[in-house]
Amino acid sequence: MSEIAIKVDHLTRVEGHGNIILNAKNGAIEKVQWQVTEAPRMFESFVRGRHYHQVSHVMSRICGICSIGHALCSLKATEAAMSVTISEQTELLRKVALHAENMQSHILHVGYLVAPDLFRKGSVFPLIETHPDAVLKIIALHRLANEMSDLLCGRTTHPITLMVGGFTSTPSERELSSLRDRLSNILPVCDEVNQLLLDNVHMLPDFTRETEYIGLTSDTEYALYDGVIGSTDTGTHPVEDYESIANEYVVPYSTAKFASHARESYMVGALARFNLNAEKLTSGARAWAQKFGLSPISYNPFMNNVAQLIEYYHSVEDSIALIDTILNKGLKNETPSYAVKAGRGVGAVEVPRGILFHDYTYNDKGFCTRANCVIPTNQNHKNINLDLEALAPTLLGLAEKEIELNLEMLVRAYDPCISCSTHYLTVEFT
Amino acid sequence: MKKQKPRVAFFDFASCEGCQLQIANLEEAVIDVTKLVDIVSFREVMKEHSDDYDIAVVEGSIMRPMDEERLKKIRENAKILVALGACACTGCVQRMVNQWPVEESITTVYNKDEALKDNPYFANFETKALDEVVPVDAYVPGCPIDRDEFCKVLVALLLGKKSPVPDYPVCVECKKKENVCLFELGKVCMGPVARAGCGAICPTHGAECEACRGYVTHPEEDAQTDVLTKYGISAEQIMQRKSMFTYRYIEEKAKQEVEE
Ligand code: SF4
Ligand code: SF4
Ligand code: SF4
Repeated sequence: MSEIAIKVDHLTRVEGHGNIILNAKNGAIEKVQWQVTEAPRMFESFVRGRHYHQVSHVMSRICGICSIGHALCSLKATEAAMSVTISEQTELLRKVALHAENMQSHILHVGYLVAPDLFRKGSVFPLIETHPDAVLKIIALHRLANEMSDLLCGRTTHPITLMVGGFTSTPSERELSSLRDRLSNILPVCDEVNQLLLDNVHMLPDFTRETEYIGLTSDTEYALYDGVIGSTDTGTHPVEDYESIANEYVVPYSTAKFASHARESYMVGALARFNLNAEKLTSGARAWAQKFGLSPISYNPFMNNVAQLIEYYHSVEDSIALIDTILNKGLKNETPSYAVKAGRGVGAVEVPRGILFHDYTYNDKGFCTRANCVIPTNQNHKNINLDLEALAPTLLGLAEKEIELNLEMLVRAYDPCISCSTHYLTVEFT
Repeated sequence: MKKQKPRVAFFDFASCEGCQLQIANLEEAVIDVTKLVDIVSFREVMKEHSDDYDIAVVEGSIMRPMDEERLKKIRENAKILVALGACACTGCVQRMVNQWPVEESITTVYNKDEALKDNPYFANFETKALDEVVPVDAYVPGCPIDRDEFCKVLVALLLGKKSPVPDYPVCVECKKKENVCLFELGKVCMGPVARAGCGAICPTHGAECEACRGYVTHPEEDAQTDVLTKYGISAEQIMQRKSMFTYRYIEEKAKQEVEE
């Protein structure tokens, strides 16, 4: 067989800049690599000196798609550092806000970025012509998720209302109950969109490679806003131990860090959460998992796409339940009260792409003196590389275009958010 | 013969991609946009790419020499170059990194690893806005941009009209909404100097304006200082705000003072 040299510069339909390299000679792979070339923005460096009330606003700018999750994780870390407690109402509203983002991000990924692969199109634009009904349904799911963020956070991207201890303003009871109605009306549309993916799920490659899955886990709920660290290899660990879970290191071909734990690599994200917590999903989401034939532990990274749609369903159903609780208790006007103090705090939140950690140290005036963030996509980079190494040899019989497409689909299945993954502070070289 | 639609290409540099996301957030209206223009390149959402375009919409700040080269090529190809969002217009929050010498930041971030020396991926310099590298024809301010304002700017460009982005302060919009002024509540707000166009969305939700849209052309900074004295706000408190989204103006002022 002749030489194959594939270089996908600036992989498309992912957030941020990354390259895929594949070199093969006489039927043998010489090199296959996932590289991250995004310009580092160095958040953990320039957040030093910021006053605590600005920190979540600065840090949400790490990622537009996960800005609510970054803000919440940031607030949790600051609140842990200063021993701030939040009310039950604040926690419930924050959970709804996080669901909104999970929904927005998942449907954007599966509906706009992955669907074109299944129909062998270059983007969602030609699908507007060929599959207008499907596109409009996907837009409906996307729109509702964004309207939810608008209502809870004041804006779709980069939340305004989330602050240390609570909210600068909250929606009214009337607005919340109207949102509740729209959520329950959207479930039939979710069913139709899920059915569409189910009809085409055979287009996702049947590929498995055993690995470790890491995510938040909880005894009481499908952990997104809170929980302890769970691993399919090693059980549970406290959030404060995050540095010994996500062992980060740097490679010269990537401006994003790589990470490992019990094995050479691990995976985070919707599939990891599903593998750890599937039995805690809402009933409708569990029913869809069954239809997709997805049960834990699934070792097929392409199933991350399916897990995302299952989670969308869960987020809709769980948001309805959360809003019911808030309305039953009656919405209260709350003003957070706390004292600024020195200390260090770690926060962890599940964002659409996986587990996220923020870790801050503050001085007694409330100024940030040190920050560290561990981003989901960084935790996946090594796993992506090992998957590529396992997948590539099985593809060599195919035409170059098909090889390239399969490699791209693999990376895309991880929904890598590369703009997020290039921010870090102290790096240890081993 | 059918008239050809103008060809639009989207590009991004160092950013959170939140401004490009607002294009997807136009929801059904994206379909209207595709009726007005042909989107020929948009790496975030499409595989196809073309170097033949009329309008380049560019998100992100310039932080490395290799990015500067790429931006210059885009400028050569485009008839019109639009700066999308605060990262492109001012340098946004990552401009704060300019407070430290480049070497210090690099050491903080990468430690002293020899393997990364002379590696172009890691060759950061200071953060720059687009117009510090190439001429920019139109600006869509904000972090993130207001998606309706983006459409208005696009339409104005297509019709050859002047920019619809206002040049009066956020306070004007805030007062129209009859909000209680945050200064009355003991908070510090950048509304008096920040450029309007967002509908004073932050104060309307009870949060301080942080001037993510940059300043108006002639910010009455001295007038603002009077307000601050009136409400007993310290110079340090205001400096905290000014150095967040608007560090560019601090740098420019410092440069001016050196020249004078
Ligand atoms: S201006 Fe703000 S929202 Fe837009 S890309 Fe930059 S950081 Fe993201
Ligand atoms: S709250 Fe801010 S924007 Fe509104 S009037 Fe007061 S200073 Fe101006
Ligand atoms: S109110 Fe100020 S900070 Fe908020 S969007 Fe407008 S300019 Fe930006």
